[in-house]
Amino acid sequence: MHKLRMSIQKELLLLRRDIGGVIILFAMPLVLIIAVTLIQQSAYERSGDSQLPILIVDNDKGSVSESIFANMKSAKAFDLITDLDGSKLTEESAKNAVFSGRYQLAIVLPKDLSSDLQIKIDQNVEKLLTSFGMEDSIKVKPPTRKITQKDVKLYFDPAVQMSFKNAVMNNIDKMISQIESKSIYDAFSEQLGTDETQSFDQESFIAFKEINPTFGNKEVKPNAVQHNVPAWTLFAMFFIVIPLSINMVKEKSQGTFIRLRTNPVSSAVVIGGKTLTYLIICMIQFYMMIAVGIWVFPLLGLPALNVDANLFMLTIVALFSGLAATGYGILVGTIAKTQEQSAPFGATSVIVLAALGGVWVPVFAMPKFMQIVAQCSPMNWGLNAFYDVFLRNASIADISTDIALLFAFFIATTTIALLYDKKKRTV
Amino acid sequence: MDAIIDIHDIAKKYKGAEHFSVKPLSLQIYKGEVFGLLGPNGAGKTTLISMLCGLLEPTSGDFAIDGKTYEADEHELKKIIGVVPQEYALYPTLSAKENLNYFGSMYGLKGSEFKDKIAYNLERLGLTKFAKKRIDTYSGGMKRRINLIAGIMHEPKVLFLDEPTVGVDVHSKNVIMEYLTEINQRGTTIIYTSHHMTEAQDFCTRIAIIDRGVIYAQGTPSELISSTPDARNLEDVFLSLTGKALRDA
Repeated sequence: MHKLRMSIQKELLLLRRDIGGVIILFAMPLVLIIAVTLIQQSAYERSGDSQLPILIVDNDKGSVSESIFANMKSAKAFDLITDLDGSKLTEESAKNAVFSGRYQLAIVLPKDLSSDLQIKIDQNVEKLLTSFGMEDSIKVKPPTRKITQKDVKLYFDPAVQMSFKNAVMNNIDKMISQIESKSIYDAFSEQLGTDETQSFDQESFIAFKEINPTFGNKEVKPNAVQHNVPAWTLFAMFFIVIPLSINMVKEKSQGTFIRLRTNPVSSAVVIGGKTLTYLIICMIQFYMMIAVGIWVFPLLGLPALNVDANLFMLTIVALFSGLAATGYGILVGTIAKTQEQSAPFGATSVIVLAALGGVWVPVFAMPKFMQIVAQCSPMNWGLNAFYDVFLRNASIADISTDIALLFAFFIATTTIALLYDKKKRTV
Repeated sequence: MDAIIDIHDIAKKYKGAEHFSVKPLSLQIYKGEVFGLLGPNGAGKTTLISMLCGLLEPTSGDFAIDGKTYEADEHELKKIIGVVPQEYALYPTLSAKENLNYFGSMYGLKGSEFKDKIAYNLERLGLTKFAKKRIDTYSGGMKRRINLIAGIMHEPKVLFLDEPTVGVDVHSKNVIMEYLTEINQRGTTIIYTSHHMTEAQDFCTRIAIIDRGVIYAQGTPSELISSTPDARNLEDVFLSLTGKALRDA
């Protein structure tokens, strides 16, 4: 016990002598979590001061384009631009502006979109009424010319990500569907001659209502803070791999590792000293990030982190995640021969584990094969446990599998490190 | 005399290597000796010492130190040996006192007796006023002296010294050699490697000259000199046995 205590004391002393390193160790995760949450919050909840500028070329000038303009303006997410550099936008000028990267999106509404849509709908309504033998009810005969499909052209900056493209396309598609539906209702009303009071009720019958979990009687509505704090806390905790592995590689290059191997002290005590020290750091990081979520985020205009979900349970998840992170750091530090190996490998592998674990892209949104691979990332286990506690009001039994996996990862990595070290002696 | 180190046919061949670094050799080192292990670069000195310190496992053969083996009593054996490696093997950002405190505690040393030991050793090697300074502010000679203290605080029965005076000034070297003689007189057996032939001739009670993993000769310095034709000192013996060709490989 004395040797373990002295090992911890030595590790803490080494950290204290590297004040710059300690500041980075604690400050960078906080900077990371604040920056990412601010960015993601604004992405989720676009406000007037962060509107996305969109070029829109209106060749239609009819009711459809009016509706599109009105809908997009009411969404408050877009700043619609119809003039560029002092002249009216054309398809060509809009295309050039987008493809050169000045703007991210241009929408070109085709000529006669509104009038042709109206004719197409009237023709369909007429066909329908005729098939029911209600030709007499038709008040106005629509033109008989064939209406071809109209293309609303979208020009995207090639640098725009697929997810953004899909979101914009879905929104426009939804908008046009609503306009089409409204036009069909209007056409029926007009052809059947119904007056205003008897016209179709165009309000949506089916509405979505989101039901969120409750803690006690309080509903917890997920937001960017509730998602980001657990994800990036875990990410930051795993970055302990870099200083820990560098610490171990330094011991090898300084010769202190060789001296320790000739001392009557087991590798378990030496590794135990490092594990406990770096676990303490992980826990301090965790509490600091929680504190920032609760008290600093509201000062930055972000929602406060809700920790109604039992701080004790969160501590358990953080503790086992920290163990997994230190175990991985010890393995990297044991196998790496130089700092040039340990630092880049440690950093890159943590980013890979984070990507696999669902820190950036949720696991359910990954391809099937990657979803299976994700099950092997300790960050996935940690993230699941954090989300279970933070957002799903889980009990200790609910998170026991994830915690057991994190602990097994710690045992496996430290055992491999010890065996590797032993094997090296037999060279 | 009682052998404190008893080596039987010990040999080492690294995995993938064509040749043995140490060919099967047997050797006895007796209690209270200062045993010098001399040889050119790549002769097998460090490999032999690394096996005796428990850092490498022999490919074949066995040995015992004070009747103990690493297979049976690793922990007990490590308690009775001290190792002073050629590299400084200290934490550069910790002070001398903090380094000694940590490494001493790994031998189970603690309390006021341990503190007194640290103070005595620092005083004896002229480092008391630098005790609280970080190692990375020390000169090469001061680092060598702290490196030595870290290996002897627990008063080992057997002390392994790998080039303990390499790269130090004359004054530091003098203090180190005087202190090692004192330790030896208190009963510690010393196994020592060096490239300083004069130092080895003066310091060692017995010497083995090793090359290409084989011990070519062993005996007291005067025995080795007298048994080599035209040799006036240990350096002549060394060159006569190992040749004059450069050993950079």
